[in-house]
Amino acid sequence: MTTSAIEAEGLVKEYPGEVRALDGLSFAVEEGTVFGLLGPNGAGKSTAVRILTTLARADEGSARVAGHDVRAEPARVRSAIGVVAQRGGPDRDATARENLRLSGRLHGLRGAALERRIDELLDRFGLTEAADRIVRTFSGGMERRLDIGLALVHRPRVLFLDEPTTGLDPEVRADMWQEIERLGRDEGITVLLTTHYLEEADRLAADLAIVDRGRVVASGSSDALKRELRGDAVQVELESELNGARAGLDRVGGLREVTIDGRTLRARADDGARAVPAVLAALDSNGVGVASVTVARPSLDDVYLRYAGRTFGEADAGQAPSGAGRAATASHDQMEDNR
Amino acid sequence: MTALAHTRYMTATHLRQLWRQPWWIAVSLVQPVIWLLLFGALFQSVADLPGFGSDDYIVFLAPGIVIMTAFFSAGWTGMGLLEDLDRGVTDRLLTSPISRPALMAGRVAQQTITMIIQSLIMVGIALLAGASFANGVLGVAGLIAIAALISAAFASLSLAFALVARKEETLIATLTFLQLPLSFISSTLMRPELMPGWMESLANFNPVEWAVEAGRAAALGEGGFDIVVTRAGLLAGFAAVGAWLALKALEKYQRSL
Repeated sequence: MTTSAIEAEGLVKEYPGEVRALDGLSFAVEEGTVFGLLGPNGAGKSTAVRILTTLARADEGSARVAGHDVRAEPARVRSAIGVVAQRGGPDRDATARENLRLSGRLHGLRGAALERRIDELLDRFGLTEAADRIVRTFSGGMERRLDIGLALVHRPRVLFLDEPTTGLDPEVRADMWQEIERLGRDEGITVLLTTHYLEEADRLAADLAIVDRGRVVASGSSDALKRELRGDAVQVELESELNGARAGLDRVGGLREVTIDGRTLRARADDGARAVPAVLAALDSNGVGVASVTVARPSLDDVYLRYAGRTFGEADAGQAPSGAGRAATASHDQMEDNR
Repeated sequence: MTALAHTRYMTATHLRQLWRQPWWIAVSLVQPVIWLLLFGALFQSVADLPGFGSDDYIVFLAPGIVIMTAFFSAGWTGMGLLEDLDRGVTDRLLTSPISRPALMAGRVAQQTITMIIQSLIMVGIALLAGASFANGVLGVAGLIAIAALISAAFASLSLAFALVARKEETLIATLTFLQLPLSFISSTLMRPELMPGWMESLANFNPVEWAVEAGRAAALGEGGFDIVVTRAGLLAGFAAVGAWLALKALEKYQRSL
């Protein structure tokens, strides 16, 4: 039996005058892995992190972190975790070194051992030069790196990263991804990552849980989740509308879930590349020209659509009509369910 | 022990924050000095009123202004906390093993230490402006100790209020509303004997008045030592209530998350 670093069981949290932020959220994170909680803004991810880090209390349900019950033994949990909240948290009027020192002292580190650890972290996060500068003068990326350093001073067993790359430039985000990969690989600590970026979860998390409206709607490794969709997405752009003449398409072996929307034909196939010639032949025999064909491995987007019943972009934009895609939600990022 | 050590770390952190804002130190010193000199000049002839007692208004005024400054600036303690709440600093600290009381006590201690330094400077300026303190160095020490008590009390209340209101505007409005009435319904500027009767009775319930009476008794020897002791007791109780409220408010804040 593998031990779980985090176990959440039926967590419920309701805020006065609002819908349930958490509605029976359950998941488990295996020790030493990077686990992703993926969901749109307002899905309840930050609320879950607040409960697991002892900041907030669940109305119902229970949770254990690093072997300790968050409600019964909050002090033990706090000693075992590092937290990088979505909205930062370094003291901006202090230097990087002073921030690290305070964090270490609150965790009971002292003297030379603490100073060594501080230098180590400054070096590791590329902040040695900026060590004695006031954090207010830092760039967004530097501040976020310091934030992670603060959470690591005491060598926690479990690290919580709540939306670690929200609000960062794409370049800085790529750096941050490398940093998080390194954490999981080198330090062997358990990482719980929340994100509303599909590609982030796909890249960083070995296992993930898809959260929608305060519940886990699907979980597993991202490959397994995608595999469950069984097959590639085949999309064909037609030169003219098909007028319902699907004759022939139904007979193409392995082709399923055929939908036609205007000039776009979508289907699923176990082996997309093999299905394409047959699809083209069937269309040709109907006298329909083809403008383009794409075959794609299933993405987490598809997974999300299937389990949450809406596209990720829609959910993220607060169920606005599709078209308000992920780019439009960047401005909402900072306002995510912070209370 | 942990609570004490954590309080020390937090106090040092907040003191450092203050040192890095020199304009704030300047402003917080200039204002009481202006009061001292302005009120001292404006109300000079008050000392000529029959029944006032002292010959020199500035002698009467100086201890009052020390108390007034302590209580005014303590009221703003919650502002720093609101900024930390807004930036997520407080939430980060709450997920660390920090002692909860230390989170509040660090700010109260910083405010009170700053106030003690401020008071010493003000006493110096008051002496230059012609004031005198009949009870000498010990009397001044007593005055500052009383000022520290009221500072701790109002700093705690300010933190409690900030945690409940959670908006800078609300804190500012409340302070603006309370500060002057609380000062005027006390003998900060005027002898209680010369106040209207209703004001004098109201003043008995005003912690600012307790502090002013005790501070003046300590520094000038007016009213005797038992005034110092009884009022200090009342203030200590008031400060304890403030500290308790601050801790309750922190719990309430965390429950709202």
